[in-house]
Amino acid sequence: MADGVLGHLPPSALELAYLVAAIFFVQGLRDMTHPRTATRGNLISSGGMFLAVLATVLYFEILSPALLAASLLVGGAVGAWLAVSVETTEMPQLVGLFNGFGGGASTLVAGAELVDATEAGLGLELTTTAAIAGIVGTVTFFGSLVAAGKLHGLVGDSPIQGRTNQALQALFFAGAVLAGLFLIVQSGFLGEAPLAEWLPAYWLLVAAAAIFGILLVYPIGGADMPVVIALLNSMSGLAAATTGFVLDNTALIVAGTLVGAAGLILTFIMCESMNRALSSVLFGSMAEGDSEDMEDIYEGSITETSPEEVEMMLDAAERVVIVPGYGMAVAQAQHAVAELADLLEDNGVDVEFGIHPVAGRMPGHMNALLAEADVDYEKMRELESVNPTFSQTDVVLVTGANDVVNPSANEDEGSPIAGMPVLEVWEARSVIVNKRSLSPGFSGIPNPLFANDNTSMLFGDAKQSMQDLVDAYNENH
Amino acid sequence: MSLVTNLTLFVLAAFLGYEIITKIPTNLHTPLMSGANAISGITLIGSVLVAGSGETTLATVLGVLAVVMATINVVGGYLVSHFMLSQFNRGGR
Repeated sequence: MADGVLGHLPPSALELAYLVAAIFFVQGLRDMTHPRTATRGNLISSGGMFLAVLATVLYFEILSPALLAASLLVGGAVGAWLAVSVETTEMPQLVGLFNGFGGGASTLVAGAELVDATEAGLGLELTTTAAIAGIVGTVTFFGSLVAAGKLHGLVGDSPIQGRTNQALQALFFAGAVLAGLFLIVQSGFLGEAPLAEWLPAYWLLVAAAAIFGILLVYPIGGADMPVVIALLNSMSGLAAATTGFVLDNTALIVAGTLVGAAGLILTFIMCESMNRALSSVLFGSMAEGDSEDMEDIYEGSITETSPEEVEMMLDAAERVVIVPGYGMAVAQAQHAVAELADLLEDNGVDVEFGIHPVAGRMPGHMNALLAEADVDYEKMRELESVNPTFSQTDVVLVTGANDVVNPSANEDEGSPIAGMPVLEVWEARSVIVNKRSLSPGFSGIPNPLFANDNTSMLFGDAKQSMQDLVDAYNENH
Repeated sequence: MSLVTNLTLFVLAAFLGYEIITKIPTNLHTPLMSGANAISGITLIGSVLVAGSGETTLATVLGVLAVVMATINVVGGYLVSHFMLSQFNRGGR
C-alpha cells in the first residue's frame, strides 16, 4: 500500500513523522497554560496536524488524488467559513458542532476500514475496535448535533421524560452493543465472512447508537450544557483514539487520547462546580424547586433601583466586582459591560470580574466573551480567588446571573443546589442585580439574595441596562 | 504494531493529557476546548487513507465524507481557537 511519493522509505519514517506531530500536539497543549503563549501553542499544534496529514498523503498511494484534494478543499472552506462568520455568542453551538464532525468522521473511517478489510478477512481485533469506534463516534456525532441545535434554539425540550426516556436509552444502547457483539462473534467464529453478511450489523450498530446519542442529549439543557459540551469533546477524542486502534495508527491513538483526557477533566471540573455527579447530569433531573415559596420570599423585600442611582453608588465605590452570567451572553452585553468597567477604571475604581466556572453554556464561556470585548484576562478572577475579596468590595454588579449567586447553596441543605460552590456576593457592602425579572434560574428555585437589605434590583435587558449605566456615568463626568 | 503496544501508548497519553490539562486556567477553557477539538480531527489521517486508497467504491465514498467532516473539524477548530486567543492577548490595552 505504501506507494506514495515517499513510499520507498521504510515504515519507521512515517512513524517518526507521527512522533514529531505528537510532540507538536503536546507542546501546543502545554503552551495553553498561559494566555501569552497560547496563540503560539495553537499554531504549533496546527503545524503538527499539517505534518501528520502531509506525511500520510506522501507516504501512501493515493488512488484518486483529485477526489481527495476536492474533499479537503470543501471541508477546509466550510470550516474556515464557519470559523470566520461565527459570533462569539454563538461559540458554544459551533464548538459543539465541530466535536460532532470529528466523531462522525471516526465512525465513517471505521466503517470504511471494515468494508476494505473483508477481502483479507476480519480479525477479532479489527471488529472489536471498529465496533467501539462506531458506537463512540456515532453517539458523539448525533449527541453533538442535538446539543448544537439546542444551543442555537432549533431544538426544544424533549417530549419524552424521565423513566420512559431512560428505558429507551438503555434499549438502544443495548441494541448497539448487541450489533457490535454480533459483528465480533460472526467474524471471529465464522472466519472470512462475505461482505453482505456482516455489513448490516455495523450499520445497525450505527443506527442504534445514533438514536441513543439523540435520546442522551435531548433531555439535557440550559445550565447543564457546559458538562455536555465538555463530555462530547472528550468523546470525539476517544472516537479518534479507537479508530487509531482500528487502523493501527499511532498518531490517532496519541492525539485522540490527549483530547479524550482533556475533555474528561473539563467534564469533571464542570460537575464539581455544580456539586453534581456526571450520572445525575446525564440521567437524572434536578430536584423540583419549591416555587410556592417564591412570592413569600420576595413579598415586600424587593428594592428596585434606577441606572442613575446605581451610577451614584458606582461613583462612590473604591472597589467594584462585576459578576456576569448567561444573561450577558444572551443580550450580547459584553461590550457595554467592558465599557462600563473601563470608565470606572479611568476614574480610579478598582474593577474586577468574578466568574463562576459554569456561568454560560460551555467551559470558559464568560471569559471568551469578555476577552472579545478587550477585557484584560488578569481582571477575570476565578471563584476561589474572588470569594474572599467580596467583604472588601463596595459594589457587586451581577448581570444576567442567578443560580451562581444564590445563598441557598450554602444555607439551605434541602435546596436542589445545596453544596454547589457559589459566588458569595452578599458579603459586599451593596449588591446590584441586573435581571429582566424575578423569574428563577435554571434550577427553578427562588434566590433569597434578591430580597436582602443590601441588594437592589436593576430590572432590564443586560445590554440596555449596562448602556444606561455608561450613559449616566458619562453625563456626570 | 501489536495491540499491547497500542494500549501502552493509549495509557501513557491519557496520563500525559491529564498532567497537562489540569494546569490550564479556567480563563482559557473555551480556546482549549476548540483547540483540543481540532486535534481530535486527527481522524483526518484515517479519512485520507480510506478515501485515497479505498479498494471498493463504498469505502471511497465513506472516506470522502469522512475527509470533508474531519477537515471542517481541523480547519474550523484551529481558526476559531486562533481568533479567540488573539482576543485574549489584545485585552488590557
